[in-house]
Amino acid sequence: MAGVSIDLPSSKANIPWVKVLLAPIDYLAFLVRSLAAPGYPGRTWPRFVAQLWNHGVGALPVIVVTSVFIGLTTAVQTSYQLMGVVPKYFVGMGVGRLVLIELAPVLTGCIVAGRSASAMAAELGAMRVSEQIDALEVMGVDPYRYLCLPRILATAVGLPVLVVVTEVVAVFTALLISASMLNIPASVFTYGVTHFFMVRDFIGGIVKAVLFGLLIGNSGCYYGFGVHGGAQGVGRATTNAVVLSAVLILLVDFVIAFIFFNT
Amino acid sequence: MIRVEGVSKRFGRNVVLDQVNLEVPDGATTVILGPSGVGKTVLLKIMAGLLAPDQGRVLYDGRRLGFGRFADNRELTGGIGYVFQGGALFDSLTVAENVALPLEETTRLARTKIRERTEEVLRRVGMAEHADLYPRALSGGMARLVAIARALVADPRSVFYDEPTTGLDPAIREHICAMIRELRDDGKRAQVVVTHDLAAAGLLANHTYMLRAGRLVEADDVRKEDYEQAYT
Repeated sequence: MAGVSIDLPSSKANIPWVKVLLAPIDYLAFLVRSLAAPGYPGRTWPRFVAQLWNHGVGALPVIVVTSVFIGLTTAVQTSYQLMGVVPKYFVGMGVGRLVLIELAPVLTGCIVAGRSASAMAAELGAMRVSEQIDALEVMGVDPYRYLCLPRILATAVGLPVLVVVTEVVAVFTALLISASMLNIPASVFTYGVTHFFMVRDFIGGIVKAVLFGLLIGNSGCYYGFGVHGGAQGVGRATTNAVVLSAVLILLVDFVIAFIFFNT
Repeated sequence: MIRVEGVSKRFGRNVVLDQVNLEVPDGATTVILGPSGVGKTVLLKIMAGLLAPDQGRVLYDGRRLGFGRFADNRELTGGIGYVFQGGALFDSLTVAENVALPLEETTRLARTKIRERTEEVLRRVGMAEHADLYPRALSGGMARLVAIARALVADPRSVFYDEPTTGLDPAIREHICAMIRELRDDGKRAQVVVTHDLAAAGLLANHTYMLRAGRLVEADDVRKEDYEQAYT
């Protein structure tokens, strides 16, 4: 836990059950505080672009590589499950919908969580330990606006784009392996993907990605801000940020599935 | 006038501050003495609103300082310059960018005005020729000087120094003491210096206090033996 920073005397805030009860509220209050931070938008823009470059464009190589394997594995597994039972174009349908609805948002989210939430927690944690965050605060510079807002927005905006990249690369790779090794003609696979494509699937995946991005950015900043105890504290914060991001991704994934896709 | 009233702070079972009372008059320099680890920095951070006390309050001209995530004390305090012990400079910014940051982020001043003001304070602390360096290229003393420049750039009403002379060579130590004295003699702002450096305290202070066992006592009431006992 990052340390409850709701206005409580330290004697109360250090009681374990108080911490546990208040942690979700504290986490959400941190997100609201960061997103609602007052200030001149023009000053935040360059920092947002820098963070978007770092956490969005910087993640592209690893996202492309993992997307290739997502596509390959999904095609092989879907073919294994369906071949001989239903027409071949169902493999294209299965791959397309599985990737759009579930695999692209969740796996891309987990990769970005491992990459960005940990980096944010470590960076902000080091700043906390070296009193740089205190320095901002005492100067009258809102640290939530200066540090958290650009990072949280960067992951919320960057992740949906990365998810679309994953979808395109994974489906294309699945098409290649299906046509070359699984005895499914490209036209049949493409028919399955396009004929059963639903806008709702795509929108659902993007909505998930935006929420995952918010949670990943917030987890990294939340634990980074809460660091105490030097290098050991930074290590703990980094681990916690990734673990919480992954758990919340799966939790929100279920909630969105229930809302969007529950028939 | 900054007034600290009945402030207590504990970390676990360790009581760091116990019903501390203090008055810091405008235009004067108040020095808080005490050996390392006695709670001087904790008191300074509470006075700056960076750390919430368990009990008590801090008043600026009779108005209560807020603590916590949603507190905004800028108007109340009239601005605080804080010189952190390690400098707390931003690694990714140059010396000039570090110093300009408070003006860049909290005012709508034109860039030329900000540049002029930054150059002025860097000249004042003797760091103008190092404006383009990054903090990693600075010595401890130089970092401390840049931190002082950053604390002064927005012309704050109060300046707090956390161990400003600790671990520095005699020349820079003397330079920093001279600057703090110069600011004291301006009489424009309240200054609070926490230090364990007895000699520096004597050079800088209008008022001297000593922090011992969580309690603050006026230095006039402290006997020489008490100082020696506290430091051994």
